[in-house]
Amino acid sequence: MKASASETLDATVRRSYATLLGYLASRAGGDLAGAEDALSEALLAAVKQWPEQGVPERPEAWLLSVARRRLIDDQRKSQVRERFSESIQQALESADELAGSGEGFPDERLKLLFVCTHPAIDEAMRTPLMLQTVLGLDATLIASAFLVSPVAIAQRLVRVKAKIKAAGIPFEVPEREQWDERFSFVLDAIYAAFSCGWQSSFESQTRGEMAVEAIRLGDLAVALVPGEPEALGLLSLMLHCHARRPARVDATGGYVPLDEQVIALWDHSMIDRAERVLKTAGEMSRPGRFQIEAAIQSVHAQRRVTGRVEWLVIAKLYESLLTFTGALGARIGHAIAVGHAYGAEQGWALLDALPMDRLEEHQPYWAARGHLLWQTGRVEAAREAYDRAIGLCDDAAVREYLMGRRNAD
Amino acid sequence: MEYMLIFTESAADFAKRNDPNEAPAYWGAWSAYAGAVAQSGIMVSGAGLQPPETATTVRIRDGKRTLHDGPYAEAKEMLAGFFVIEVPDLDTALEWAARSPASSYSSTEVRPVMPTPSKS
Repeated sequence: MKASASETLDATVRRSYATLLGYLASRAGGDLAGAEDALSEALLAAVKQWPEQGVPERPEAWLLSVARRRLIDDQRKSQVRERFSESIQQALESADELAGSGEGFPDERLKLLFVCTHPAIDEAMRTPLMLQTVLGLDATLIASAFLVSPVAIAQRLVRVKAKIKAAGIPFEVPEREQWDERFSFVLDAIYAAFSCGWQSSFESQTRGEMAVEAIRLGDLAVALVPGEPEALGLLSLMLHCHARRPARVDATGGYVPLDEQVIALWDHSMIDRAERVLKTAGEMSRPGRFQIEAAIQSVHAQRRVTGRVEWLVIAKLYESLLTFTGALGARIGHAIAVGHAYGAEQGWALLDALPMDRLEEHQPYWAARGHLLWQTGRVEAAREAYDRAIGLCDDAAVREYLMGRRNAD
Repeated sequence: MEYMLIFTESAADFAKRNDPNEAPAYWGAWSAYAGAVAQSGIMVSGAGLQPPETATTVRIRDGKRTLHDGPYAEAKEMLAGFFVIEVPDLDTALEWAARSPASSYSSTEVRPVMPTPSKS
């Protein structure tokens, strides 16, 4: 009995956390922190009461009703009387009625995504905030993924939520004229969650989990806004990369670069899905950064069929990617692709032209530099670059791989 | 701010230093890491330490002096070396800590260095 109560609660949280929080916050005048507190109080009440009194028939409605009562109490007690307006009171009352009526709640999760990625919020905090409020992840996991101390991240999350309330960041979906930019912030924040789960993620559990969570967010964005090709592009990109995860490490835990991976180890049904998603995006004829990045991954995946990597196609795709973004990663990728497609000297010329000031501590840059210098026969300089990449590396498997390259004859 | 990165290693890690099969990778990783720290211009000071069995511990209690062979306390992970680095904030210090080879097999502790009291 007890097990079933806690299982139901877990499943409810997993399924409906963001829906409940979005609903409460939007009816509490955008008070995200207050809504969160109220919801956690309701969850706590459920932990205590469900095993004794039985699981309610509609768990979401039960939680909503408890949280709503707590919110109303809080708003009454609140020193800032003017915040407790008639309209908020009414909204909360109607929330309760709705919860009782058995109808579904309006889905406010999209508003939640937009609040978390509002331009008034520090860019570095948008992804952690999204992971916490939309997925309900705990601060320690977020801290580990982003390499920030758990105390610091918890404090920053509190501060961000205080700012949302104090600055009156609106709990709403942006107007048409702001839509594209604001939606791109949502996608950027999701991608940041995925990248921290990806860039140097060969064996790390935390980062693997983070990639899965990012894909959940990507699925959510697509479900909430089906007509946005870039959301589909991002989802396809993440699925492509994640599908190759099992092939990135060999039997002894060593790192395997993409073009040497054993194809049989790829998750082919996930790749198939990535391809379908990308095709749907393509049919909307509005290309963008994430669709092109997904297309690059799709070309790599075609090695399943052709047995080879079409570097000419990849180089062309990087060229068009650079018309959408000047990101370092894209420029380094372009140089590598050109090196494969047109010769190492040409690739090296592109890489060497990048502005050094932002690259000092960028490990992928030094690895690419080592690779291209090696290809062009400048062995000593290549070794120096590899040394720098090794020193900047935070992953044991990649470090070992780079050392192998460095010491090759 | 100054932070001390305190690197620890297990007995097996210490053994790699002189194992002909493991030593090149061990020292290669450490020298690359130290090189990257130095080239970034954040190094204040630092050193690697000889293994724990070379330690001698001194203790004075009630006027009685005792020496013992070995480190202060036996632990799974022992002090292997340290860097003091000058970086803007804890986040940056954590980034450098994550890059240390010790973080991949044992651990790296990050601690702010106490500011020197000004003499005035």
